[in-house]
Amino acid sequence: MADFFTQTGLGIGLLMVGQVLLIMLPLLLCLAFLMYADRKIWAAVQMRRGPNVVGIFGLMQSFADLLKYVVKEVVIPAGADRAVFLLAPMVSLVMALIAWAVIPFNEGWVLSDINVAILYVFAISSLEVYGVIMGGWASNSKYPFLGSLRSAAQMISYEVSIGLIIIGVIISTGSMNFTGIVNAQDGPGGILHWYFLPHFPMLILFFISALAETNRPPFDLPEAESELVAGYQVEYSSTPFLLFMIGELVAVVLMCALVSLLFLGGWLSPVPFLPDGFLWMFIKMLFVFFCFSMVKAITPRYRYDQLMRLGWKVFLPFSLFWVVFTAFAAKFEWFWGIYARWPM
Amino acid sequence: MTQIDYARAAKYFLLQDFVKGFALGLKYMFRPKATLNYPHEKGPLSPRFRGEHALRRYPNGEERCIACKLCEAVCPAQAITIDAEPREDGSRRTTRYDIDMTKCIYCGFCQEACPVDAIVEGPNFEFSTETREELYYDKEKLLDNGARWEAEIARNLEMDAPYR
Repeated sequence: MADFFTQTGLGIGLLMVGQVLLIMLPLLLCLAFLMYADRKIWAAVQMRRGPNVVGIFGLMQSFADLLKYVVKEVVIPAGADRAVFLLAPMVSLVMALIAWAVIPFNEGWVLSDINVAILYVFAISSLEVYGVIMGGWASNSKYPFLGSLRSAAQMISYEVSIGLIIIGVIISTGSMNFTGIVNAQDGPGGILHWYFLPHFPMLILFFISALAETNRPPFDLPEAESELVAGYQVEYSSTPFLLFMIGELVAVVLMCALVSLLFLGGWLSPVPFLPDGFLWMFIKMLFVFFCFSMVKAITPRYRYDQLMRLGWKVFLPFSLFWVVFTAFAAKFEWFWGIYARWPM
Repeated sequence: MTQIDYARAAKYFLLQDFVKGFALGLKYMFRPKATLNYPHEKGPLSPRFRGEHALRRYPNGEERCIACKLCEAVCPAQAITIDAEPREDGSRRTTRYDIDMTKCIYCGFCQEACPVDAIVEGPNFEFSTETREELYYDKEKLLDNGARWEAEIARNLEMDAPYR
């Protein structure tokens, strides 16, 4: 039996499908409840109740929404490019999902343990912008087009600073593999050994850039309801719209995972006498997601010029400076060598 | 040479506004909810609340309405239609009393105009229907409402009486 799964082509194929499903199904299931949690947190901050009708405490709300979206009619506007119009949401969702292939949830719990994992995630999240551009362009309508242009400019701007922030972490670790990065954060110092301490400003910058990268409030300009109706999603309905929504949320959760892995020590336990494990990774991701939701609840939307100013005139120089600083600190082992973690 | 406000710059870079906002958000999360769980909980209504109309009767069962048509005359939306003729015993009564609830603006002039407190706007505000036709109320429907809501209507009129 073991031979079948490791030797024959069919067996290997089945095994891979199984592994993919093992990541995707729990992920999508968690997503349903995260969407519910997002709405509940948002509501609670505004002293509202949030969804509370479907199921106990409204827990089944996301499934009711799913059903509603799926049974609705798919409206394709006249003059729209049908193929591209329908391809866009799929691109958006698929790009968000395939990035999970290299995310480890525990020591060795990773679909594909490649040594350029960060580069891969970075490349994939850059491709996500195509879903948005295609959606806006194929709709053959003004608002979606403007929304998609805004979104594209925004995502590209913040990718630059995200890239530079990641370089700092890579310099400290000497590895682009997530498992390597997490292991580099393991040390006698426990929680004090994680990257959030030496790279604290970058944690904040990364978090804010992640908000902009995933089009979350306060940077939800592509959707800016008050100006652009719903941005590039205006003409979408039913399942294609649902795919956009899921893709967006998967990207958010991916950012939560990245923050946990790069800065919060991944699956490492913050308490010395408790074992490391998947649960810690899960808790950290939930914590970061909670921060995402809170930010959504407490901030007003940025103006477009403010967004661009923040991206290019504040984040870019600051993260660039930090790369240089980290390089020197790592090379000359300043601050007792906390910036140099590569195996010596 | 422009002067740099270092205190302001420090606040900006330390994200002071956002930290404060986050704390405030957390505080508000545990406040009691401002919203009502509507179909299960309802807000308090004033005795003057102007909801669905009702035609009342005297305790002996006689209709109050004497077909004076003041309500029909005063209605700014012209939602009320009344026909009347003398009954066998010689008293003036309506043969038809229709209110088009789709026209009504719930101004309450009809109950203000009524000399015998026959037409009143009761406390019921949940009378939505699935068709327009169901909202064309006739005399039977209005008297029926009167019978159903009499207790609340009578209490509200009594509570509001000192201010009239």
